[in-house]
Amino acid sequence: MPNKEWEQKTDRARPEPDHDGIDRRGFLKCMAWAGTGAFCVMQGGVLKSYSLSSLGELQKKDVAGELSFVQISDSHMGFNKPANTDVTGTLKAAIEKVNALPTTPEFLLHTGDISHLSKPEEFDTVDQILKGASVKTAFYVPGEHDVLDDDGKQYRERYGKGAKGSGWYSFDKSGVHLIGLVNVMNLKAGGLGTLGREQLEWMEKDVKKLKSSTPIVVFAHIPLWSVYPEWGWGTEDSAQALTYLKKFGSVTVLNGHIHQTMQKVEGNVTFHTASSTAFPQPEPGKAPSPGPMKVPAGQLRSLLGITNVSYVRGRHTLAVVDSKLT
Amino acid sequence: MRIGLRTILLAGSLVIATILLFGYINNTPAAYAQAKQERSTAEVKLDNFSFGPAVTKVSAGTTVTWINRDDIPHTVASTDKAFKSKVMDTDEKFSYTFLKAGTYPYFCSIHPKMTGSVEVQ
Repeated sequence: MPNKEWEQKTDRARPEPDHDGIDRRGFLKCMAWAGTGAFCVMQGGVLKSYSLSSLGELQKKDVAGELSFVQISDSHMGFNKPANTDVTGTLKAAIEKVNALPTTPEFLLHTGDISHLSKPEEFDTVDQILKGASVKTAFYVPGEHDVLDDDGKQYRERYGKGAKGSGWYSFDKSGVHLIGLVNVMNLKAGGLGTLGREQLEWMEKDVKKLKSSTPIVVFAHIPLWSVYPEWGWGTEDSAQALTYLKKFGSVTVLNGHIHQTMQKVEGNVTFHTASSTAFPQPEPGKAPSPGPMKVPAGQLRSLLGITNVSYVRGRHTLAVVDSKLT
Repeated sequence: MRIGLRTILLAGSLVIATILLFGYINNTPAAYAQAKQERSTAEVKLDNFSFGPAVTKVSAGTTVTWINRDDIPHTVASTDKAFKSKVMDTDEKFSYTFLKAGTYPYFCSIHPKMTGSVEVQ
């Protein structure tokens, strides 16, 4: 998979048509970074990016559809270092943002690192805050911080009932097939995220029966594309997983882990990473390490956020819209 | 004669008891810690998502202590499963004593790009 072909948008962006309009293979364009006030919508093979000021209008006109759900990620409950000493407050603010959406989303996805240290009280706090959400159904995948010291036993007891293996599963909503994958277990020295043979075999079987017109949403904690392997921001065997999805016209991949929004379109697949609700991390390679980024007071909430995803029947791809907490 | 033998046996028992007792007293935590301090030690810092030094060269019997100086938790896990720490939050430590010569590669099981090794001579 190509990497480093992403580019950064630092300013407001205008609607931008695709170069060829039909064959989008290898087309990499839109990068929406947290806090820059830009977001991207792909419709019928045409990419549009807007400034956040038009968000309200867009939600009504273009984003509403058959299915609307929201993604939150990396709540890191229990984190208390200078980068954010109130991760409870910022998670609550994220849920308020969800509750303020014009349409109540059908469900919520949490793409991992629910807790910071896998402590029972950290999971309890997150569960308690999510009870205040207008949306009552939540789906999870674990982050590496959720499976510390117990190979994910506690995570599976709390969030993975009925899931396969270390916690993977799939379900259908309004004609969309969603697949939750686990790529934070059995990590090998020097390596990246890993799905493993058992999970890949399950996934191949899971999608085999589906019609190629079924929109697919895959969600996992660590990005399923090579964002920045030097920092471990990628998954060893994600290319294998993506080969099973080649026949589908619309595939959306949602990840967390890197605490910033980033989007890439490659062939039939739109990759998207969500902001954290806890603390930002540096842009790839722009710091000595991917550790928590301390930003001036007052800027923090503009670097945290939620992602709203909508599916409109008949349209080629799902609309993915990020919004920040302030 | 009989009484004499009994006295000798009793005296002998007392001597043994005294030695055992002395041994026990001498084995107080303080004395134990002093003995331990005389053994060689080495330290590895976890900082900026890396182990410093990446390669630690020690002699057999050395206790290596890892200390996490990052704002993010890490672990120390031997690649061949010889040792593994619990998760270490900021400023937490983990120690392991290397008794046999050899090379012990290890990594952070949460951030596997972080790798290091201990070379025991």
